[in-house]
Amino acid sequence: MNAHLPVLLVVVPLLAAAIIPLVAFRSARLARGVALATLAVTVTIAYAALGRALEVGVIRYHLGGWPPPWGIEYVIDPLAGGMAVLIASFALIAAVYAGPFLATVPRRGAGGFHAIYLLLVTGLLGMTVTGDLFNLYVFLEISSLAVYALIALGGPLGVVASFRYLLLGTVAGSFYLLGIGYLYALTGTLNMADMVIRLAPLGDSPGVSVGVALIVVGLAIKMALFPLHGWLPDAYTFAPAPVTGFVAAVMTKVGAYAMFRILFFVVTPAAVASDVLVLLGWAAALAVIAGSAMALAQTNVHRMLAYSSVGQMGYIVMGIAIGTPLALTGALLHILNHAVMKGCLFLTAGGVLFRTGASDVAGYAGVARRLPLGMAAFAIAAASLVGLPPTGGFFSKWYLLLAAVDSGLWPFALALVASSLMTAVYLFRVIERSYFAEAPDPARPPSPLRELPAGMLAPIILLAVSTLLIGILNQSIVTHVIAFALPVPGGR
Amino acid sequence: MTLPSPGHIHFWLSGALLLLGLYGMLASPHLVRKLMGMNIMQTAIIVFFLTLAAKTDATFPLIGQDELAPAAEGYVNPLPHALMLTAIVVGVSTTGVALALVIRIHRHFGTLEEPELLAKLRE
Repeated sequence: MNAHLPVLLVVVPLLAAAIIPLVAFRSARLARGVALATLAVTVTIAYAALGRALEVGVIRYHLGGWPPPWGIEYVIDPLAGGMAVLIASFALIAAVYAGPFLATVPRRGAGGFHAIYLLLVTGLLGMTVTGDLFNLYVFLEISSLAVYALIALGGPLGVVASFRYLLLGTVAGSFYLLGIGYLYALTGTLNMADMVIRLAPLGDSPGVSVGVALIVVGLAIKMALFPLHGWLPDAYTFAPAPVTGFVAAVMTKVGAYAMFRILFFVVTPAAVASDVLVLLGWAAALAVIAGSAMALAQTNVHRMLAYSSVGQMGYIVMGIAIGTPLALTGALLHILNHAVMKGCLFLTAGGVLFRTGASDVAGYAGVARRLPLGMAAFAIAAASLVGLPPTGGFFSKWYLLLAAVDSGLWPFALALVASSLMTAVYLFRVIERSYFAEAPDPARPPSPLRELPAGMLAPIILLAVSTLLIGILNQSIVTHVIAFALPVPGGR
Repeated sequence: MTLPSPGHIHFWLSGALLLLGLYGMLASPHLVRKLMGMNIMQTAIIVFFLTLAAKTDATFPLIGQDELAPAAEGYVNPLPHALMLTAIVVGVSTTGVALALVIRIHRHFGTLEEPELLAKLRE
């Protein structure tokens, strides 16, 4: 059983995705039950896999019994296990949240939604556990195709956003595939562990440089690294709330994970890797500033949070680019933190839209009186995004700031601080409005419905509490999990 | 800058095809034409991979049962073909999803020309 954990992580949601549309023919409620149960099982498997990877060591699974480098290998080390836990847990949280939202769509649609949602989860989990570069491409496309369909559920504007994302996402996937083609042509292998060995004698060959550059650009589009973030704001603004919550929390992070994996675990012998990191660092510094500045200019809360994600991805990439253990710790912790806090913010914003129909900052006037718990969660997550102690966001930013100062990269440190200030401005604008402004139309009878339905509120509160818990427990998360996820000289 | 050598002409051709596809995606205002550009770009990558497999004086990679360790030089590399089969499937699915989206865009906005679509989005 334990030996099969890596493959179960992918097979369980994949099979459920195939079964759910059939179940939905009989009963949409049963289909939802199957989806939630599957996700709960997936979370359990992910935790078991992470636990085993931390206790016993790296789990390797050879698909079909073919040993690598000939066959495809699934590998769960603490890094992949940690990402899998994050993805699976978040998938469950967002699926619970989707309940009240799905009550508003036609019943037949619910089965399709859950099936595609599970395909997205399959793709993302596959990207984290695979030890094969081409297999990563396949899972990248599975998750992308699923997410195009989910974004298109957000009405006509969602369809247009989805089509644009599809064009850009396919360019990204194709660049990645072409980069793999270069590396394959030079080394004759697609297995990540084997690639490390075979790239070493090639050193500084221009073919390797082209391959790595194409892979990095492809993944940078997927993770919406400034200035390749064009698809993100529309997609996040118009997608249905549970989809935005999940995608904003996890999907771009998986792109960052893939880039981290490839730059630090696969192409490390190539001299080009360090040049790429220098470039990425400056792109990230720009992203941190530009993302926050663009968020400042938005009046739509969803769009503001979307641009904020562009900035926050910059934090993660900056940590990866600085590359010291301290910086990587900060980057990995920020992957976790940003998932939890941005997920919470998007889910709350979706809840406000669901309950009051407001999506503009102006429309948030007096919202805190109608959704006291929801907006309290929003405020906690916002504090974390700004980086106020004792929330989780403070600690990851602190690690990144220390790492930037330690490495003498003062412009990076400056960008981090400036961006935090801007974050404070654009988020406190929303909070101020929702707590201290009067509702615009006091004559209108107040809606009898206060607060959000329990199915939506519980995930939001869970995430807000997690933000605080991660802050309080950050020391043990770093020493017990993240420390083992960092690259060690000598490979995986 | 080295000139394309005759032995590498297929790399240059697939590169040209890739750029042609990308240019089509950027330059054409019509969504379906953008999609065609995307398909051309994907085809370029498939061609690139397949040319990697080609060898002169080699035959099909079919190995008799008794032949345990065949001399690899004598056979065409089958792996890129297998990979590209998967890539073709990915391309077909992407095109399918994209066409479904195009149909929905056309139903709602009544146009597939990007300038007109942008004008309607601004309303």
